[in-house]
Amino acid sequence: MIAVRDSFGKALLELGRENKDVVVLDADLASSTRTIYFAKEYPDRFFEMGIAEQNMMGVAAGLASVGKIPFVTTFAVFATKRACDQVTISVAYPSLNVKIIGAYTGLLSGYTGATHQAIEDISVMRAIPNMIVIDPADAEEMRQAVKIIAQHKGPVYMRETRDEWPDLFDKSYEFEIGKAAEVCSGSDATIIACGVMTSEAAKASKILSKENIGVRVINMSTVKPIDKDMIIRCAKETGAIVTAENHNIYGGLGSAVSEVLAEEFPTPLLRIGIKDTFGESGSNEDLLKKYNMDAGYIASAVKRVIKRKKVQ
Amino acid sequence: MKIVEEKIIDDLKEKAKIIRCHIVEMIYRAQVGHPGGSLSAADILTALYFYILSIDPKNPDWEDRDRFVLSKGHAATALYSTLAERGFFPTDLLFTFGQIGSLLQVHPDKNKVPGIDASTGALGQGLSIALGMALGARVDGKKYWVYALIGDGEIQEGQIWEAAMCTAHYKVTNLITILDYNKVQLMGPVSKIMEVSPVKDKWLSFGWNVIEIDGHDMKQIINSIYEAKRVKQKPTIIIAHTIKGKGISYMEGTHEWHGKAPCKEELEIAIKELTNSV
Repeated sequence: MIAVRDSFGKALLELGRENKDVVVLDADLASSTRTIYFAKEYPDRFFEMGIAEQNMMGVAAGLASVGKIPFVTTFAVFATKRACDQVTISVAYPSLNVKIIGAYTGLLSGYTGATHQAIEDISVMRAIPNMIVIDPADAEEMRQAVKIIAQHKGPVYMRETRDEWPDLFDKSYEFEIGKAAEVCSGSDATIIACGVMTSEAAKASKILSKENIGVRVINMSTVKPIDKDMIIRCAKETGAIVTAENHNIYGGLGSAVSEVLAEEFPTPLLRIGIKDTFGESGSNEDLLKKYNMDAGYIASAVKRVIKRKKVQ
Repeated sequence: MKIVEEKIIDDLKEKAKIIRCHIVEMIYRAQVGHPGGSLSAADILTALYFYILSIDPKNPDWEDRDRFVLSKGHAATALYSTLAERGFFPTDLLFTFGQIGSLLQVHPDKNKVPGIDASTGALGQGLSIALGMALGARVDGKKYWVYALIGDGEIQEGQIWEAAMCTAHYKVTNLITILDYNKVQLMGPVSKIMEVSPVKDKWLSFGWNVIEIDGHDMKQIINSIYEAKRVKQKPTIIIAHTIKGKGISYMEGTHEWHGKAPCKEELEIAIKELTNSV
């Protein structure tokens, strides 16, 4: 098990070796985002931009418009909100080939608390045309995603989890933008999750299997464009859906799944995530527990949604 | 100093007149647009596109071309008129400006119009984009120049000063910034809305080389760019003192014509004044 951010940093270094067009910009956080590996190896392609995210985003747009593939990294809160208009107008409107990496996802921000907890980044990025939004589940998916998003031509927003997180995938897995993956099988209900919540969902599925409840778990790491077919298929086959995201339940994965279900195949649904409240400092484990996002809570939500299925 | 022949200066002045006529006619026909800041920038754009920039209208995406970023994107009519006159697209297209389905958006879209290097309009963003292009040239070992035209109201945006700091920090000399200092913004004089003076001292204190010129004097525009190209180790800004609405008596120096379209009678006066001017 390695920290997801280390997986990112190493993958970026490897990408830099393979593709000379890759350049990296960071806002005085290279040791936190792990772009420091790239910076040390390729100082001529690394730009320390200081604590000035709006300019950083614009410079990345300029670099992309002359053929570079910029990876812009900073904390997710600053990448998506401090520089939101620059992301929208300088990067997304002309559909420039900029990869925006938002470090420290959701509540899991290394004890820093509400000021550094990105709880609305997915919502904001998802509403910007041309933008792809990805929240990888583990170190292996992150490793693969770095390469894949560099091959995709156009803007991408990808979340970067700070810490070690349980491994779900091995090298046989193949990450693809817009394609969800089944992590656990089952037919009583489906948990659709992204980012760190996929492994919490897998734990929930394990808990429920002891009670003979078979819960399918889907890793929906690409939140936009969302894998509609997978959502509809799971709704049809299992009849009940729980979403789980390390994000406000407004505007993120839960909303995206709800939109698909409401329009295509109405199905009982419960959303797990941050319930429209600011976070606080604390360990990852304590935060997930306090904000009702841990495996135990997800398991209880699955039972509730299954009951709703029966009365219909 | 390379001396520019008088004949060339005269030709440029004539070209600027034509461009000014296009600007008011476009805005008249569309009944939308920003005449004041387009007219103040017209001489600078003419000098750039007809004398300075290394570009090829037949190959607008030529990768070694010089780049130009109109950071004050609301002056789009000036840029469109200049590009059309320079042969990037037919002048007929100018009169679709702002209409539904037109390539010519009220603020420029780089993906729609040949010859436009950056989509701008959200003030404060273009200088950073130009800086990114200049740094890209450095990474690739390319020799092209990047030019950015910023507005005086625009430098009220914090991002401009982030970019100013960064450009000096990286000692970027292949980016030449021009400030269209017309001293008037949408709601009134810049000094009343949010004073930006002393402009020269601000840029000097950010580590820039500063040249001040009359932004309606072709010779001064061209010579200042030559001078800027010779400066080593620090970026240059050319503070071009201009007149908002330059060339049309009733528009000059007023904020009312920042974003207003002339009526038929006003258009006729404007065209008459422009064609009769020296």
